[in-house]
Amino acid sequence: MNHIAAAETDFRPDAGARPIAAARARTIHSMLVPFPVAYFAAALVTDLAYWRTDEVMWERFSVWLIAGGLVMAALVAVAAVLDLAFGRQTPAWLRALGYVVAVLLSLLNVFVHSRDGYTAVVPTGLTLSAIVVAILLLFATSATWSLTTRRPGARR
Amino acid sequence: MKRTCKSTRPAKLTSIAAAFALTVAGLALAGCDDAGGDPRKQIGANPVLPALQQYLIPPIRIAKPVPWANDTPKVPQGLQIHALATGFVHPRSLYVLPNGDVLVVESNGPKAPVFRPKDIITGWVQLFAGAKAKDENRITLLRDTNGDGIPDLRTVFLDHLNSPFGVALVGHDLYVANTDAIVRYPYKDGETSITAQGVKLTDLPGGPIDHHWTKALVASPDGSKLYVGVGSNSNITENGMEAERERAAIWEVNITTGAHRIYASGVRNPTGLQFEPETGKLWAIANERDEIGPDLVPDYLTSVRDGGFYGWPYSYYGRHLDPRVKPQRPDLVAKAIVPDYALSSHVAPLGLAMSTGNGLPETYRSGAFVGEHGSWDRAPLNGYKVVFVPFSGGKPSGTAQDVVTGFLDADGHTTHGRPVGLAVDRSGALLIADDVGNTVWRVSAASTSAPKPAS
Repeated sequence: MNHIAAAETDFRPDAGARPIAAARARTIHSMLVPFPVAYFAAALVTDLAYWRTDEVMWERFSVWLIAGGLVMAALVAVAAVLDLAFGRQTPAWLRALGYVVAVLLSLLNVFVHSRDGYTAVVPTGLTLSAIVVAILLLFATSATWSLTTRRPGARR
Repeated sequence: MKRTCKSTRPAKLTSIAAAFALTVAGLALAGCDDAGGDPRKQIGANPVLPALQQYLIPPIRIAKPVPWANDTPKVPQGLQIHALATGFVHPRSLYVLPNGDVLVVESNGPKAPVFRPKDIITGWVQLFAGAKAKDENRITLLRDTNGDGIPDLRTVFLDHLNSPFGVALVGHDLYVANTDAIVRYPYKDGETSITAQGVKLTDLPGGPIDHHWTKALVASPDGSKLYVGVGSNSNITENGMEAERERAAIWEVNITTGAHRIYASGVRNPTGLQFEPETGKLWAIANERDEIGPDLVPDYLTSVRDGGFYGWPYSYYGRHLDPRVKPQRPDLVAKAIVPDYALSSHVAPLGLAMSTGNGLPETYRSGAFVGEHGSWDRAPLNGYKVVFVPFSGGKPSGTAQDVVTGFLDADGHTTHGRPVGLAVDRSGALLIADDVGNTVWRVSAASTSAPKPAS
């Protein structure tokens, strides 16, 4: 580890080498993190549309968006594990937990949305969609869409 | 990243985690308490209706299909059962011609569309439950020429149909209810195969969704009208109200012009129609809605009133509102008729035959046989048998009795067959189509078993 840490020191970015720093800080999962956020936010919009119109098309959009968001979230999880294992990353706890909570609530939400008829959305489904979006906006989004930070050891 | 917020909000994190854990626990509990009660409390005129519950994950209990081999269904003392014929492809309904020939409708529904991720899962479940058999779209004729109870002639009577179910003969006109139309064929006495082109009498609501595809058919005793059971296009309007036009209804079709009117509505899936012989009234069996609990909503047997509304989708068993339907219709709910006789929940009645009297023991002289296909969305499983509802004075007069059982193994994990359509043959014996065992069973009196030969 000392050897690696020493080698790392040679590449340590300074204030004048930002592009390099940005490139090295990029993780795989951060490219995927925005997808579920966008899908779940869109599902909130289609839920609101269903609530206002009773038109089943919107409910179907919602359930596919939530399901698609969960598929992307599964890819995020795989990528995040790789980043933690090989990318010298450590979890950014608040963001990561916020994200995980939002995804788990969306897992509940896809089951609620799979009910038949009006109660697939109103009130439980719509409420869950709104909570998920609120959690994501408050805790899980950041400029870099990253749920991890560079491991402190890597900077020494 | 140099954000420091993670050290400033530990209290908030904990409370979120706690709230989340509570939500999960609450919803999980709601999903676990799903064992159904005693079905006997829901048989008869006054079924006990528990409070409605909504699932997170609906129960899925698939009974694995295992061939009958040499086994048969079980019948009580005084009756005997044997396979009339085997080797069918998904036989769904039966019809007995005046000369004793038995028509076996081999049919299955059209391919279900995928509108939601749930529809993919449902497709898998049906595959494992043995409900995805090939649709042969044909009617097979069985004839017993020497009267030994074993058919010695088997021919393809009608082929190239479109998910057929109901059959009715009026004079020399044979009406077949495909899923999308009633077609009339000329029938000559003793004919074993119809090659003539059919003539369409009327269109029926078919695709593109066609959720409940079976179209039950019965002719009025005077032969002037046909009554057609047209099931809903969804469980509970999840495909939109526009898809339910003229569905969940019993149609009355003029036999000469093909014109129709809605005879009764609000019947979710009327899968069997028969005239009660004593009073001449129309009776129906119906499959009620799913996913609001193991003991909701009881399927039923009921007389059908002209112009009657039976609740679906807005309410069940009279005025019990279904919150899954929006917008509601209080005007219709106010006049919703309570069905006559509950069969208990999720038994899936798909066959109805009125007893015509002479062939079976005294106990079965007057009443209705109901083929309960059973379903996979209740624990423990319910149905998977044929019951007899005794009638007196043209009305149900007692508790339904099990007549044919043994389709489901005692442990409830495997099934040899599932009863569907019923018919009473010319000698008064009960015939049962079994669409998983791919067999037609014949139940007769244990002592006098001689069926009449075909004439």
